[in-house]
Amino acid sequence: MSELTYLEAGRLALAEEMRRDPLVWVVGEDLGRGGVFGQYRGLAAEFGPDRISDAPISEAAILGAAVGAAMMGTRPVVEMRFSDFALCAMDELVNQAAKARFMFGGQTRVPLVVREPIGMWRSSAAQHSQSLEAWYAHVPGLVVACPATPACNKGLLKAAIRCDDPVVYMEHKGLWPMEGEVPDDPDFTVPFGEARLVAEGGEATIVAWSAAVHVAADAAQTLAADGIWVDLIDLRTLWPWDESTVRRSVRKTGRLLVAHEAVTVAGFGAEIVATIAEAEAASLRAPPRRLGSPRAPVAYAPTAEAALHVTAEMIAGAVREMVQGAPR
Amino acid sequence: MNAMLPVNLDRDRLRAHHRLMWRIRALEEVALRGLDEKLVLGAIHPSIGQEAVAVGVVAHLAREDLLLSTHRGHGHTLAKGASSGAMLRELLGRDGGTCGGKGGSMHIADFGVGMLGANGVVAANIVIAAGAAHAVKLRGENRVVACFFGDGAINRGPFLEGLNWAAVFGLPVLFVCEDNRYAATTRTDTMTAGPGASARARSLGVPAEEVDGNDVLAVDEVAARLVGEIRAGGGPRLLHAHTWRVTGHTGADPGAYRSEDETRRGAALCPIRRARETLAIAGLILAELDGDEAEARREMEAAYAEAQAAPFPPFAAAFSDVQDIGAPQHAAAA
Ligand SMILES: Cc1ncc(C[n+]2csc(CCOP(=O)(O)OP(=O)(O)O)c2C)c(N)n1
Ligand SMILES: [Mg+2]
Repeated sequence: MSELTYLEAGRLALAEEMRRDPLVWVVGEDLGRGGVFGQYRGLAAEFGPDRISDAPISEAAILGAAVGAAMMGTRPVVEMRFSDFALCAMDELVNQAAKARFMFGGQTRVPLVVREPIGMWRSSAAQHSQSLEAWYAHVPGLVVACPATPACNKGLLKAAIRCDDPVVYMEHKGLWPMEGEVPDDPDFTVPFGEARLVAEGGEATIVAWSAAVHVAADAAQTLAADGIWVDLIDLRTLWPWDESTVRRSVRKTGRLLVAHEAVTVAGFGAEIVATIAEAEAASLRAPPRRLGSPRAPVAYAPTAEAALHVTAEMIAGAVREMVQGAPR
Repeated sequence: MNAMLPVNLDRDRLRAHHRLMWRIRALEEVALRGLDEKLVLGAIHPSIGQEAVAVGVVAHLAREDLLLSTHRGHGHTLAKGASSGAMLRELLGRDGGTCGGKGGSMHIADFGVGMLGANGVVAANIVIAAGAAHAVKLRGENRVVACFFGDGAINRGPFLEGLNWAAVFGLPVLFVCEDNRYAATTRTDTMTAGPGASARARSLGVPAEEVDGNDVLAVDEVAARLVGEIRAGGGPRLLHAHTWRVTGHTGADPGAYRSEDETRRGAALCPIRRARETLAIAGLILAELDGDEAEARREMEAAYAEAQAAPFPPFAAAFSDVQDIGAPQHAAAA
């Protein structure tokens, strides 16, 4: 084990995979100088400019070229800088990367990873703060990963690079400096579709991913101090999502709360709540709930940005209501 | 008619072009009949009248070279070496089609012959072609990528992004703009600023040539030069081929937005007829040239009949080749 930040863990994962497989290469803007957040620092020196490739500010070409290069047997890792900019490459991701294998009848594969940093962070405002993971979960052909911890960022990024399907890989910008224990084993990977149990308890199930996991963990502590013990599940990947772990937990607790940073309306929490409502109606002791952002763009001013945050107090409050019955 | 023979005419080469152009024409005429007979299910975009561009360019691609195409891609695909039988099965949505019946005309592809796909999204193939060439360069291979697109595609962003990319990275791509003056029902010159594809390419430092795209020998000659320069490591080139789409935009479009005069003049440019006239002047017997047509029609009729006899893919095909991780689960698919 080593103590690494979330950012360093991602960088280590990439370096290890590039050493392991000469077909892995990275392409994106400003990578030669380490990338905008420093996730690529030092890699150009080790792997050279062909494998840590700078790119023009051409998101459609970055992703489209990655599709062509992936179909030709290389394994591109694409850096989109901010997930918001990936929207300039939606055709390339949704119509091309996600469809090529299927529509060409299995003649080709598109083994690419698109790194799309998400989330509210330092007054980044409306065009640099979004969490649109639910969009991608909606698209057949894509895998969607949202790591919450340094260890997960190492193991999941490695799994994504080794995966033959296109993977949308969403790191949270607010988590870059977070420290944690990370396995040293170069073959440590996190399997897709396997959630992580962060806390255990019998009163309620909280499901979260990405930075919201840590907010929910704070809430779980507060609740525990009041004698309310919850299962906290870090989903880690949204497609595939670990339905069986969530169902098993809900069968035990009878209560489900999904908390995410993304807009609540048509967020992935809706999918989870609907699935549980359909499949576990008999286990439910309270209506399942979602907590997410109001349907508003992210503001610059910290006061207005904060209006969108799902807080530990909100999560704890919601669980208390579910456990004790809504206050009159 | 011009009775002058091109100097250094390679009769056998032109004859081969004549045959291949007939195979493309016959395949598409059969496909149009398939549309009438409700056997070709989705939209098709015939390249009738434009065959010389496909034939003249693809003549310079080896089997290991690569090709990306558009919604109007039957000619490119057949020229690259796909089987007419598999193509017609694909158009009829049948098992044994190039894509197992899952793609149809607009996603026809045959990776076995380096045909990396037609595309239903205008201009989308341009950046993918740049990426295929990027992989060729990364792996130190000596392959050329040809990327066909229409005159309408040059107004989409991927045209700029893809050409810039190929130029910046010095990639082995031949961009081929098939300029048939229309994008669906719209005259492209009414919607395009400046003089068009070749001028835009040159502005990015990509050398470009214009050619009469209905003269197969002219296309052959200029493609030879451009592909040679690319193979020598010269980076991307663009070929701007002026041509004419004889049919409407799709098989169902009568093309009534074009004037009678324009339609008549366009039809007179038929590249097959021009090749035939040159071959006749060069001493070939007309009956032999008629034989090229007859043979092509026989091939396509047989392929069409076989395609009709082929089964549709099984229900489970709806769920195969989507993804390995988180693949769709469907009880009835098993
Ligand atoms: C991005 C996109 N916009 C619109 C269309 C609909 N569409 C299909 S073909 C076509 C015309 C394309 O014209 P051009 O590029 O000149 O090719 P041509 O059909 O003339 O061969 C249009 C508008 C599409 N397929 N993709
Ligand atoms: Mg056109």
